[in-house]
Amino acid sequence: MTAESGMSRRAMLAKVGLLFNGIVGTVLAVPIVRYLLSPVTREMKADYESWLSLGRVAQFPAGQTRLATYRNPVINSWDGQTGDIACWVRNVDDRTFQVFAINCAHLGCPVRWFAQSNLFMCPCHGGAYYQDGSRASGPPERGLFQYNYKIEEGKLLIKAGEMPTPGRAANTKRGRTTCA
Amino acid sequence: MRLIKKLGEWLDFRLQLGATIRETAGHPVPRETASWFYVFGSAALTCFMLQIVTGILLALIYVPSAGEAWNSLQTLNHGVSLGWFIRALHGWGSNFMVAIVLIHMVQVFLFGAYKFPRELTWIVGVLLLLVTLGMAFTGQVLRFDQDAYWGLGIGASIASRVPVIGPWAVNLMLGGPIIAGATLSRFFALHVFVIPGLLIAFVGVHLLMVLKLGINEWPMPGRIVRRSTYLQEYHELTHKQGVPFVPSAVWKDIVFSAFVLLSIATCAVYFGPFGPGGQPDPTIIQTAPRPDFFFLWLYALLSFLPPSAETPILLIGPAVGIIVLLALPLVAGEGEKHWKRRPIAVLTILLTAVVLGTLTHLGQHTPWSPVMDAWSSQPIPSEYLQGRTALERRGALVFQVKQCHNCHSLDDQGGQRGPALDRVAVRLTEDQLVRQVIQGGGNMPAYGKNLSPAETTALVAFLTTLHPASQSPARNASQSTTSITREVPPRP
Repeated sequence: MTAESGMSRRAMLAKVGLLFNGIVGTVLAVPIVRYLLSPVTREMKADYESWLSLGRVAQFPAGQTRLATYRNPVINSWDGQTGDIACWVRNVDDRTFQVFAINCAHLGCPVRWFAQSNLFMCPCHGGAYYQDGSRASGPPERGLFQYNYKIEEGKLLIKAGEMPTPGRAANTKRGRTTCA
Repeated sequence: MRLIKKLGEWLDFRLQLGATIRETAGHPVPRETASWFYVFGSAALTCFMLQIVTGILLALIYVPSAGEAWNSLQTLNHGVSLGWFIRALHGWGSNFMVAIVLIHMVQVFLFGAYKFPRELTWIVGVLLLLVTLGMAFTGQVLRFDQDAYWGLGIGASIASRVPVIGPWAVNLMLGGPIIAGATLSRFFALHVFVIPGLLIAFVGVHLLMVLKLGINEWPMPGRIVRRSTYLQEYHELTHKQGVPFVPSAVWKDIVFSAFVLLSIATCAVYFGPFGPGGQPDPTIIQTAPRPDFFFLWLYALLSFLPPSAETPILLIGPAVGIIVLLALPLVAGEGEKHWKRRPIAVLTILLTAVVLGTLTHLGQHTPWSPVMDAWSSQPIPSEYLQGRTALERRGALVFQVKQCHNCHSLDDQGGQRGPALDRVAVRLTEDQLVRQVIQGGGNMPAYGKNLSPAETTALVAFLTTLHPASQSPARNASQSTTSITREVPPRP
């Protein structure tokens, strides 16, 4: 470059310097973005969910719906009580179970079971569900989220580890949280 | 005194700021703007400074860890001398800041301050409103209790509805698969570093523009803003009839700021700090989460949106609202400023205020939520049971035991999710009652599988007694005809 083309040597060096900064910045942005996206990439690489026990099947009498809790499989030592998650277990006939997420399918508030009227009711916006988890009334678009379950050596196992949300169930189609 | 003066001169020789500060302080402003209507911007800034100071003080004790945050708040409330007062100042300061920012926004809107050449000042102001609300929401999360925990769940549920990237947005928001330590840490980073940084930057730009472009003049009906003439007219207002900002206008700002600080302190002393509520333990489900005051309207709105339209409205509504606010000065940059000549602007403010006020009021009372313990704690009024048959009383028992009372009120006791049933027999015939109980409908679940035929009969028998003495119960007009027809002997 010469002064004739309208750019001095120093102006060009400044531009080269800026370009150099741009390249270094881009290179640095890669690890920064990967760091920021780690909660997403972690899920893609290794699933957050795993099989975990809710206790012995005998704890859940046939025909009843009971509250169960489990410790989330992916936690940090400083998570405290937030690592404990509740869910509703319905023993239909000792062979068939339904394990419902505690989170309302509307906006995630904790639903409560009313054995007398066989309804789940949500305290936030008044969503209600029948005993099989299907939508009864209120703003939810769908029934309660359900965990996949299996029974091994007399224990009830569910596949859990991630907070169920309406979008996940609708978008991921992994069959983990199916509509009742 | 001489020493102080000398020190001042020594500093100013090196900093060279004195002249600029004197010039800025004494800049002329239109005479009428030295008004009590023009004090809200500076009051909002005062609140923000209070929030910075009290926020730093709280950070000396607060632990942003999911396992410890709640305990550290308890320590602040009970274990640290006057910790409760600093928490109360920060909490009330937040409420006052949001309120004053909103009042400021309404004032500049009604005074047409967003018009030429202050379009960008308004746009940055809209960004300031958004980051202020962002501070309010993230601050509510840092008060890590049950409301914060389930409020995050609501946020995650909304985020998950974004098409395609929803589930990833949830993981990004929560910092992992569930609401836990990583979630609190990132909201702490947002509340303490990211959003305040944005706030400071936006406040700087906002103030700079107010100084460079001058404060909005007092609007007069008929004084039209035109891009070609406005600057000249404003120059005359300031330089021919204007007064210096200091001290002519500033004293009202100072007095009002002190009044706001005093009000915050009074509320802090009188009402105390906000929470924390119950421990953030998701296995404790006996809770009715509710957001802070300034988000109650949204909480209420979420219970009224029809299920099919909720997701699009939730995702598109805020974007449209923000775009409208941002675009306002670009499409209405000229014309009348005075509110008397802008009826649509005034009606917009009134409508918005009525809507937000009504939704907030509803959010405080949550009539859409069942009263979870009404069935066991609120008895049926005795006058509804006097002189009733055994079957009808058994029906009243079914009404309680099957938790009908959680959603339906009797004598203003019980839930308001469904209609009050004090006069239900006037509205519905016996057959209609049976159908409604068994099949549900409207917003009511079907009880067909949960009630035996005998229970349904008893319940409906009770419901048919619920009418004022002066009004007879509804009856099917064709019923008598049908029953008479039945009595007619068949033809031979």
